[in-house]
Amino acid sequence: MRIVMIGHGMVGHRFLETLAKKASVPHEVIVLAEEPRPAYDRVQLSAFFSGKTAEDLSVTPTDFFSTTGYGLQLNTRATHIDSAAKTVTTQSGDVIHYDKLVLATGSYPFVPPVQGNNREGCLVYRTIEDLYAIQETAAKSKVGVVVGGGLLGLEAAKALKDLGLETHVVEFAPRLMAVQIDDMGGKVLRTKISELGVGIHTERNTVEIVDGEKCRHAMKFSDGTSLETDMILFSAGIRPRDDIARASGITVGARGGIVVDNFCRTNAPDVYAIGECALWDGKIYGLVAPGYQMAEVACTHLLGNEDKQFTGADMSTKLKLMGVDVASIGDAHGTTAGSLNYSYIDERNQVYKKLVVSNDGKKLLGAVLVGDVEAYGDLLQLKLNDMTLPEKPEALILPASDGSKPVGLGVDALPMSAVICSCNNVTKQDLCTAIEVGVMELGELKSCTKAATSCGGCSALVGQVLKCELQKRGVEVKKDICEHFAYSRQEMYHLAKIGNIRTFEDFIVKHGKGDGCDICKPTAASIFASLWNEHILKKPLAGLQDTNDYFLANMQKDGTYSIVPRIPGGEITPEGLIIIGEIAKKYKLYTKITGGQRIDLFGARVEQLPVIWKELVDAGFESGHAYGKSLRTVKSCVGSTWCRYGVQDSVGFAIDLENRYRGLRSPHKLKFAVSGCTRECAEAQSKDVGVIATEKGWNLYVCGNGGMKPRHAELLAGDLDSETLIKYVDRFLMFYIRTADRLQRTSVWRDNLEGGLDYLKDVIINDSLGIADELEMQMQYVADTFACEWKEAINNPETLKRFRSFVNSDEVDNNVVFVQERGQIRPATAQEKAGRIAVAEV
Amino acid sequence: MSNLVKICPVAELPVNLGVGALVNGQQVALFKLNNGDVYAIGNFDPFSEANVLSRGLVGDLQGQKVVASPIYKHHYNLKTGECLEDSTVKVPSYQVVVQNDELYLAV
Repeated sequence: MRIVMIGHGMVGHRFLETLAKKASVPHEVIVLAEEPRPAYDRVQLSAFFSGKTAEDLSVTPTDFFSTTGYGLQLNTRATHIDSAAKTVTTQSGDVIHYDKLVLATGSYPFVPPVQGNNREGCLVYRTIEDLYAIQETAAKSKVGVVVGGGLLGLEAAKALKDLGLETHVVEFAPRLMAVQIDDMGGKVLRTKISELGVGIHTERNTVEIVDGEKCRHAMKFSDGTSLETDMILFSAGIRPRDDIARASGITVGARGGIVVDNFCRTNAPDVYAIGECALWDGKIYGLVAPGYQMAEVACTHLLGNEDKQFTGADMSTKLKLMGVDVASIGDAHGTTAGSLNYSYIDERNQVYKKLVVSNDGKKLLGAVLVGDVEAYGDLLQLKLNDMTLPEKPEALILPASDGSKPVGLGVDALPMSAVICSCNNVTKQDLCTAIEVGVMELGELKSCTKAATSCGGCSALVGQVLKCELQKRGVEVKKDICEHFAYSRQEMYHLAKIGNIRTFEDFIVKHGKGDGCDICKPTAASIFASLWNEHILKKPLAGLQDTNDYFLANMQKDGTYSIVPRIPGGEITPEGLIIIGEIAKKYKLYTKITGGQRIDLFGARVEQLPVIWKELVDAGFESGHAYGKSLRTVKSCVGSTWCRYGVQDSVGFAIDLENRYRGLRSPHKLKFAVSGCTRECAEAQSKDVGVIATEKGWNLYVCGNGGMKPRHAELLAGDLDSETLIKYVDRFLMFYIRTADRLQRTSVWRDNLEGGLDYLKDVIINDSLGIADELEMQMQYVADTFACEWKEAINNPETLKRFRSFVNSDEVDNNVVFVQERGQIRPATAQEKAGRIAVAEV
Repeated sequence: MSNLVKICPVAELPVNLGVGALVNGQQVALFKLNNGDVYAIGNFDPFSEANVLSRGLVGDLQGQKVVASPIYKHHYNLKTGECLEDSTVKVPSYQVVVQNDELYLAV
């Protein structure tokens, strides 16, 4: 069977994914896509202006088409369908036969028929090509206007704001987001957005756009007022792309949209339509979740199965518009006959919440939330599952008076059919099935069910289901780090902190059993170092350290060590280079430049370490902590000092950061980078802490990772001054150190964090836990008590005694043998050692 | 009959840590635990083929006193030299004798 699909957007791609998963036999698939790139995340478009690239936005895995064998023709516009002959014609004249045809053509932005709407700098906001045009126009503009105060319009306004323009929103209706929220909610939203410096102009009907005096254009409104602007983005709604269906005789609605039935079939045989181009029951669904449902329904039916139907979709939404939380559920305007309202407004903190309930007060019909959307998950489930409301429904939106959290409904009350993640249509049953087969971690649950992997709004709910289900199954969620301590690392941290515990003996007597092992000893050592920052080779601490920490060097496969002096920010003088070179030459060490912009010296035997370090310390070098679970390097590009594109001094800032956090012990190693401009030559977005310069300051990214499972860092905050950035990094690192598991990198820690990025922002930026001062103080203590571990070691005869191969002999390990390769040493292989190959003595 | 070879004063051994010793050309790893007991096993780790066991962390697992190899983290029983993760692997173990505060090894 040959399946042809016209359009490759998010919904179209979901259809292909479903097909690849469900089809029992391979089908020939041809996708005709008008845009120059495969499907990308249109919902997150504005992220493009806060640092994401076109590649980041892609929703198509790079190997999707090669592994499925499906054909994708980009830049290929379909122009005609012959539903009798079952062919599609493309603009280049190719005629392609189909057995089944899927229309996933999406929608286009509606541009109001105003005179002058095609002037230069009048743009729409829909595709990545639009984004490039917006970027280009914004570069030569000072003021920007968005026409349309709906969901997309406000997103577009955020984009203009991010581009540094004076931004205005012009709306025809009397309030913002007129479809989703009511007057009161609109008022609160307006105040909040105005405070961000965005001009809001409601009840304005644009009649024409003409030359401006100060700006490129002047918009003339019907009430006689006008507004000057350099560019205009039209975002006044969408219209279905039904032109090809219309021209080919397939039935479309009076106001547009390809008419489909419950199986997403059009009136032409074997032709389906899904997503924003489809008209079901007189409705166009302009959200991605209903589109995904359609994709699954159409795919199921196309494969010969009628057990899934599309019967309408919930239009509830929760989103963050320019940092303002807004949510709308069901009948937000209370249009149901006899419905009653509960509302709560806090004008000081600008929070507004409203419930619309049935006449008997038993069922939730709708809700509006602005400024505080925590109740969204619970309310949505009450509505979707038609559950009976608690006796006092107002408790769902009222802040609890004693400071505790408002009452929720509890995930246990949800039926198995409850859709927890509407983006990916994951039910509670799906989550429970995964938990049943052994998933016990939030990160794993997300990756195997796909729940909370799109908008992430349901992350907390998914976490609650996991916790509740594990408890119900009697699964004791064992976080014991080993047989000696029945505690997680986080619990151990708190025990040590609260009990002022400074030695392992004290720790294990009070809270553990046995002698300890190679798991709990280094964990305790790391916790002590983060808390008290004493020299790690002090007597009771030395025996807890892994060999790398114990010898302050990195053990290699043959038992020798490598040495890494700190080179902050990767900046080094010629004298420094010469000294390192001379030392390497003198001790016949192998030298290599590391990925972290420093120099690694390999092949030192244990007894050589102190003498080599004596020379390095005397020359002014200090320990690079390459051996520790601690800050490694702060990589940097050359920055504005030399680079013609740089906007900030990235090297200088990298050095400052490296010097502040050097020696900090943490659950796992930490890597930083600082880029001097948006070109990102330091690859900061792959680091635990990444800093990228902007015209106004620095953007701070966190929780990135290279390694086995790469993860892009996420923007925590933008346009920060250096001082604020360091404050946030202090808080972020200490919060991670307090709460992460043993050997858990920031990326995995973040994936398992209930509440996700929003929660992290709340803790770090808004200080929602009230611990920011404490975290900063603790970091300041670690910074103040920093001392070079090697400098201390070489000056302490007790410590130096440990650096010997044998307690009873000055001989060296004769099993350490090197051979020459490319002008340097390397460890001999077993055969070489056995003498089968001549070994060159060095 | 094995010979006793004098190594060093017991006080030279740090508590809860290992040290290497060279005995008739053989590398040995010595460990003195909290209670003063001293153990000796071969220093050579068969998995990494390097002389590193004296540089591992000591502790107990399932009631056995063990050292963890610092390279691939296999655990060896300090009394018997048996590898906990692979019962087919065993490193040599040596009898230790303390006389007049001096440590001797039976080889």
